[in-house]
Amino acid sequence: MENGFSSPRSESFPAGLRVLVVDDDPTWLKILEKMLKKCSYEVTICGLAREALKLLRERKDGYDIVISDVNMPDMDGFKLLEHVGLEMDLPVIMMSVDGETSRVMKGVQHGACDYLLKPIRMKELRNIWQHVFRKKIHEIRDIEHHESFEGIRLSINGSEFSDDCIMFSGEDLTSFKKRKDFQNKYDERDYGDHSSTKKHRVVWSVDLHQKFVKAVNQIGFDKVGPKKILDLMNVPWLTRENVASHLQKYRLYLIRLQKENDLKASFGGIKHSDVPSKDTSGGFGLQSSIHTNQNDVANDRDQFSGSNFYGQDLDAKNHDGDREEIVLEPKPDSKKPLTADVPDPQDTRCSQMSFDHSSASLGSDVNYTEFDCSIPKQYPWSECPEVQSKQEHKLLLQLEDGFSQQLPCVPQHYIEIDQLQSGRDISSPIKNEPVLVRCKSHRESHISPKETAIDDFSVQPKSLTAYHQSFEPSSTAISSMKPQAVDLSCITDLESCQRNLISPTDSTFPPFNEDLTVCWLQGDFLNKNFGLPNMEFADYSDHGFVADIPVHLYDTLTSDYECPYDPTEYPIVDQGLFIL
Amino acid sequence: MDVMSQLQRQWLEHSAFLRKEGYLDDQFEQLRKLQDESSPDFVVEVVSIFFDDSEKLLNNMARALEQKVVDFKQVDAHVHQFKGSSASIGAMRVKNVCIEFRNYCEAQNLEECLRCAQKLQFEYSVLKTQLEYLFRLEQQIRAAGG
Repeated sequence: MENGFSSPRSESFPAGLRVLVVDDDPTWLKILEKMLKKCSYEVTICGLAREALKLLRERKDGYDIVISDVNMPDMDGFKLLEHVGLEMDLPVIMMSVDGETSRVMKGVQHGACDYLLKPIRMKELRNIWQHVFRKKIHEIRDIEHHESFEGIRLSINGSEFSDDCIMFSGEDLTSFKKRKDFQNKYDERDYGDHSSTKKHRVVWSVDLHQKFVKAVNQIGFDKVGPKKILDLMNVPWLTRENVASHLQKYRLYLIRLQKENDLKASFGGIKHSDVPSKDTSGGFGLQSSIHTNQNDVANDRDQFSGSNFYGQDLDAKNHDGDREEIVLEPKPDSKKPLTADVPDPQDTRCSQMSFDHSSASLGSDVNYTEFDCSIPKQYPWSECPEVQSKQEHKLLLQLEDGFSQQLPCVPQHYIEIDQLQSGRDISSPIKNEPVLVRCKSHRESHISPKETAIDDFSVQPKSLTAYHQSFEPSSTAISSMKPQAVDLSCITDLESCQRNLISPTDSTFPPFNEDLTVCWLQGDFLNKNFGLPNMEFADYSDHGFVADIPVHLYDTLTSDYECPYDPTEYPIVDQGLFIL
Repeated sequence: MDVMSQLQRQWLEHSAFLRKEGYLDDQFEQLRKLQDESSPDFVVEVVSIFFDDSEKLLNNMARALEQKVVDFKQVDAHVHQFKGSSASIGAMRVKNVCIEFRNYCEAQNLEECLRCAQKLQFEYSVLKTQLEYLFRLEQQIRAAGG
């Protein structure tokens, strides 16, 4: 908080730092409280995540930093992390007795500024003030990023979201920078103001955030921009920078959630498959997806997709008998274990920052690029351990097949992804048409094809989990899809879905709650995947797959909010994930 | 004075014993360091909280394992919690059993899980007894003017 620096307290900074500790373990709460008090910090302890959120919301400017445990009964620590980041924009430190890399990675991906391993030493706590300080410094830089980010978006006016994504997440760093400069100049005045004047931290209350989300929905996620949101929100004291900053976080949040869902879905799928679920596979999946993302960002995406999506145990399990070959085939040399291509942090960061969405979906994207539409190929399942991303995609595809939730509008991409993954034999050819058809007829509540598509889409999270379970059928179906056929029907359908979806369903979008996020995620995820900003997309278009699809999908997802989760599926996935 | 030094020696010996046998690790020392004038009974308080919490967790674990269809994830969640808890006071042996236990949960090996649960219960009881003895000594030392 600015206050921390400007108030008299700042003289003795970091003494008096206001820390909120959240942990369901009462022993740890007491110990941490004592430790922090010894550091001369002002401590508030809390045993429940929801309680903590309540406290944070009540005292908007009441805390400087939050320390939270990862495993909590009422709410996942990562979710809390997201909420705090989005609503309050406070630095959050995660802690856990589990120091597994995948978990730590997850923490970082969700925005934790640090991840402490229990038992925690006092010296570690003594230094937490640096996160508060750093965040302050970065706020200004964030604004700049947002400005440029938004600038790019706005300047790509009218183009599909996917294009936008391509624009920014792609290799378009140069253009990004150019725009950034442009934006900088444009907003220099604001910058000046910001750097010289004390920025008041805007605390995004639930109400404010609701307004924000409402505005975003009204505008349409793909057309959204801070100025538009600001105008719609009609909050006089709010500045464009505030909104821009918040918007970016919101996007990141959605992406992360999407990723999480996908991971969960794939993990859940794995769990459900015959393959014995081990930590490794689950964790692996996580890691792979993470790696995938990172790698994608960092390196040639092409490479990755192939390797990533190969040979997942899950897949192996799923396909029985004669699977048709995959239409698309990833590049042979892409069969590298994901971990091998550990992305350098830089890339990860980049992807995290502006291209988060792309990285999120990179895994899938990568696959896309790899796809060579016409070549059927069998890929050994076991080749690439990182099935994760593939799984996700596959899931989506498979969803259509026998699941209640189908993503009819699953674009080519999915199909392609599936193919990547399918070292397994996928028996039944997947046709896009059926997919589409399913799309249309699948939901009971379907009113029209479009709606159906949307519905299916929105069910994504659930679908994913369901998907995982019934992996087999879909994969088969999907893999054999012929691109062209799919393409056309898919696109058409998607388009209609999209049109349909565009009408924002404000009402259906709950304000910032988990449901919302899930749905958003899905949309975002799909959007990202399909509309992958990167070259993958470009490649796809060659095949006639259209980036449109993702956009449509995206719209579908976002607009249709009723995602009937299957509570049974979800928690399982959840647990599966966390038990790693 | 004699009584006092005797008590103190006993206390020291017992503390050393607990460390040596791996009942407690360095974390316990950290707790001791946190104890000061503002909270003279800090360690005892923390350990009491730990005992209460542990008993609940152990019960949950036992119940989860008694189910007709054992939900291993649930059991694992409890064990994980207990692991974190035991780490808080430096209960090393208990923590190690937790680690082993979690592996079996993952493997969904009911027999081994039950065995681990028993072992956990045992280690916990022993630790509790040891700590209670240590605290009694402390009390006596204080009563004797120490």
